[in-house]
Amino acid sequence: MNSRQATVSKILTYSCVDGPGNRLVIFLQGCNFNCPTCHNPHTIGLCNSCGDCISACAQNALSLREGQIEFAAAACDQCDACLRACPISANPMVRSYGVQDILKIARRNLPFLDGITLSGGEATLQLKFATALFQAVHEDPELKVLSCFIDSNGHLGPEGWSKILPVTDGVMLDIKAFDPETHKALTGKGNTRSLQSARTLHRAGKLFELRFLVVPGYTDTAQEVAQLCDFASSLGQGVRIKLNAFQHHGVTGKARDWPKASRPMIEGIAAQLRNSGVAQVVTPAVYV
Amino acid sequence: MKPALEKIRSIVNDATLDARQKARYLSLEAENMLPYPDLDAQTAQALDERVLCDLYEGNAPYKPRYVLPDYSVILTKGSAYLELDAPETLDEAINCLMIAYHHVPSVTGIPVYVGHLDKLLLPFCDGESDDALYRKMKLFWRYLDRTLPDAFMHANIGPTDNRVARAILRVDAELKQIAPNLTFFYDPAVSTDEILEIATNNIVECSKPHIANHPIHARTFDDQGYGIVSCYNALPIAGGAATLARINLKEVALRAKGVDDFLGVVLPHYVDLNFRLMAARMTYLFDKSNFFSSFLVDEGWIHKDRFTAMFGVYGMAEAVNILQQVEGRTGKYGFDQDANELGYRISRSLSDQVKATPLKHAWRQRAMLHAQAGISVDKDVTPGVRIPYGTEPDPVSHVQALQPHHQYYASGISEILTIDETIKSNPKALLRLCKGALASGFREFTANVASNDLVRVTGYMIRLSDVEKFNNCEGSRIDTTVLGAEAAAGTGILERKPRVISHELSPSYRQ
Repeated sequence: MNSRQATVSKILTYSCVDGPGNRLVIFLQGCNFNCPTCHNPHTIGLCNSCGDCISACAQNALSLREGQIEFAAAACDQCDACLRACPISANPMVRSYGVQDILKIARRNLPFLDGITLSGGEATLQLKFATALFQAVHEDPELKVLSCFIDSNGHLGPEGWSKILPVTDGVMLDIKAFDPETHKALTGKGNTRSLQSARTLHRAGKLFELRFLVVPGYTDTAQEVAQLCDFASSLGQGVRIKLNAFQHHGVTGKARDWPKASRPMIEGIAAQLRNSGVAQVVTPAVYV
Repeated sequence: MKPALEKIRSIVNDATLDARQKARYLSLEAENMLPYPDLDAQTAQALDERVLCDLYEGNAPYKPRYVLPDYSVILTKGSAYLELDAPETLDEAINCLMIAYHHVPSVTGIPVYVGHLDKLLLPFCDGESDDALYRKMKLFWRYLDRTLPDAFMHANIGPTDNRVARAILRVDAELKQIAPNLTFFYDPAVSTDEILEIATNNIVECSKPHIANHPIHARTFDDQGYGIVSCYNALPIAGGAATLARINLKEVALRAKGVDDFLGVVLPHYVDLNFRLMAARMTYLFDKSNFFSSFLVDEGWIHKDRFTAMFGVYGMAEAVNILQQVEGRTGKYGFDQDANELGYRISRSLSDQVKATPLKHAWRQRAMLHAQAGISVDKDVTPGVRIPYGTEPDPVSHVQALQPHHQYYASGISEILTIDETIKSNPKALLRLCKGALASGFREFTANVASNDLVRVTGYMIRLSDVEKFNNCEGSRIDTTVLGAEAAAGTGILERKPRVISHELSPSYRQ
C-alpha cells in the first residue's frame, strides 16, 4: 500500500472521549491484538474479499469486482449488517484516504476541533501514513493549531516510536493486563512491549494517558490492581490513569457473557490508585 | 352544567394547581369568552385549520407578548409611580429591580426579562467584596426562582468578563434552579476565553447558560440594544414583541403540488395571512386595549414604537421531507445536501417576504422572522427549523447542517444540541463546540447535557424530577413544569437522546 494512503474504518468529526477537547478521530482498520473485550471488533481484521457480506446487504451497496469487494457508499444506510456477516472481524466499508483527504476534512471542520486522534484498530500499524499525516498537520499554517494524538495498544517497538513521536503531541496507551498470562488471554499477545512503550512515552513526555480496562475476573484482582499502582508510581509524577469499565456495548463473541464492571468496582480501584499517590485518576462518566 | 362552566369548575377544584396558577387559568378562560379580533374569512379559516397558530395568546390582546423594560431607567432615576428614589447601593438597586419585576406584564403574567444584570448592577458594586457580591446574588437568585417561578423568565449577562457575571455564573451552577433562564452574550473581541469557559462548564453542570452571538445580534438591533428573553427570542430593549404568530410549514407543504408551487404560490399566500393575523392582534393591542397608557411608557421603561412582531415558523423538517417526497427524492432534512439546500431556500424566501412587508405599529414597521420552538401541544411537527428529535446527527454535523439558516432569523432561532454525558469528563470539548458553532455563524448556542436533572424543553428549563412528581399528582410550584409534563407526554421529547421540545406559554388549561 502507498504509505500516504490509509485504510480507514470510520471518521468522526465529534468525539469527546479520544483526547483533550473535541477531536477529529480517524479509526484505522486492522489490529495486531485480538481482544474478546473489543468494542469495535469490526476494526480488527483486514478484508480478504471473501464476499460473505454481499448477500447480507439489503441496500446492495456491496459487490465483487475483479475479485475485490467494492463498496458503494452512497447506497449504504449504515445498518452494519455486513459487519455482523463478516467471518474475520473485518469491515467491507473501509475506504482509502490520502493525507491530503484527511487535511481537507480537518480544514472543513477546523473551528470545531482541538485536534486529530488516530485510533483503530491499532493506529501504529499504519505508521508511515500516521507520521506523514502528523508531519503535514504541523507544517500546515492553518492546521498547525491542532494537536496530534494516537490511541494505541503499545505493541509498537521503540524504533517505531522514535519515528512518530517527534510529530506526535500525545498518546493514549492501553495496558490490558500486568500478568503476562492474563494479557495473553485478553489480547492474544504478551505485554512486554506495551509496558516498555508506556515507559518510553512517559520519559518522552508524550504519555497523555495510561488506560486500564477493568474486566471482572481478569483485571480487577488484587494482584492486577497492586501492579497497576506500582507501575503508575514507578513512572513518576504527572501520570494520568484512566480506568475504563468493561461494558457489553459493541462487544461480540464470548466476552458478551462476561460480567460488566460496576461503578463501585471502578471507584474502589480508583481509590487505591489515589492512595498510592497517583494524582490524576479518571473514571468513566457513564456506565452502560 | 355547561361545558364552559364545567371547565372553570375543574380549574377551581384542580388538586395539582396552587391558587395563583388557578387564577391565571381562570383569567385566560374569561378572556377567551370575548370574541376574537376581527379576521377576514381566509385568515380565520387558516387559523382554524392550524396552518397558522397564534400560540393561544388569548382572544383580547391587552398586553404585549414580551416586554423588555429598560431597567436602567429605574436604577438611574427611580420611579415616581412606584414612589422609589434612585438607588445608591447594591442592596437598593437589587431591591428596586425586585419591585420593578412585579409591574412588568407578559403573555404568561410573569416577566420574561429581568434585565442585563451585570451591566445594570456593576455601577453599584464598588466597595462590595467578591464574597458579599456572591452572597447577595445568591439571595437574589433564590428570590427570582421562588417568587417568579417560570422558566421563561430570562436574565442576560456579558459580553465583558466582570465580577457580577462571574458571581451569577457561580450561583447559577450551584443552585441549579429552573428560573431564571440565563444567556451569556459572547463577543470574541470583548469576552475573555476564561469567562466563556466558565459558561460552558456551567452548561456541563446544569445545561445553562445559553450563549448568544453578540456581534450578530448587535448588528441586527440599534444603539438601545437588545435582550434575549424567554425561549431565545432576540428583541429590542425598551420594547419587545407585541405578538408572535406562526406558520406550520408542514401544513403548508401538504397543501402544495411541489417545490415551485410551495415557494411561488402557497407559502406566500400563508405568509400574507399570517401578517393579517398579526395585524389584527396588534390593532387591538395598540388601538383598543389601552396598554400603552401606563406608567411604564410615561416613565420611559418602554416605548410604544419599539415593539416588533415575531413572525414565527415551525415544522421546516417535515415541510422539506414532504416536498422531497413529492419531487421523488429520498434525502432527508438534516442529512442530505439537497434536502438541506431546499430548507435554506425556504428560509431565504421567508426572510425576503418578511423584510418586504410593512406592518403597522411594529418597530421599524416590520415584523422579524423567528424559528419558533414549539409549544407543549404540538404533535408530529418539529420546532423551528430543527432536525427531528432522536434522529439528530453528531453535534458538529448538526451545527453544519443548520448554520446557513441562522442568518435569516433576526428575532431568534435555537437549536438545542444534545450532548452525551461523556462530555462531563472533557468539558473543553463543549467549549470548542460552542466556539465553532458561533464562529460558523450560529446566532445562539444551546446545549443539553444528558443525565442532568435540569433540562431544556424547547428553550425553557424543567427539572425531570419535578415532572415525575407532577405526574404523580403532587403538584409543582413551577408553572413550566405543567408544560414540561404535557410536552413529555405528548411529543416524545423525553425519547430524545437527551431531550428537548416545546416553547413558550401555557396555552390553556387541560385536565
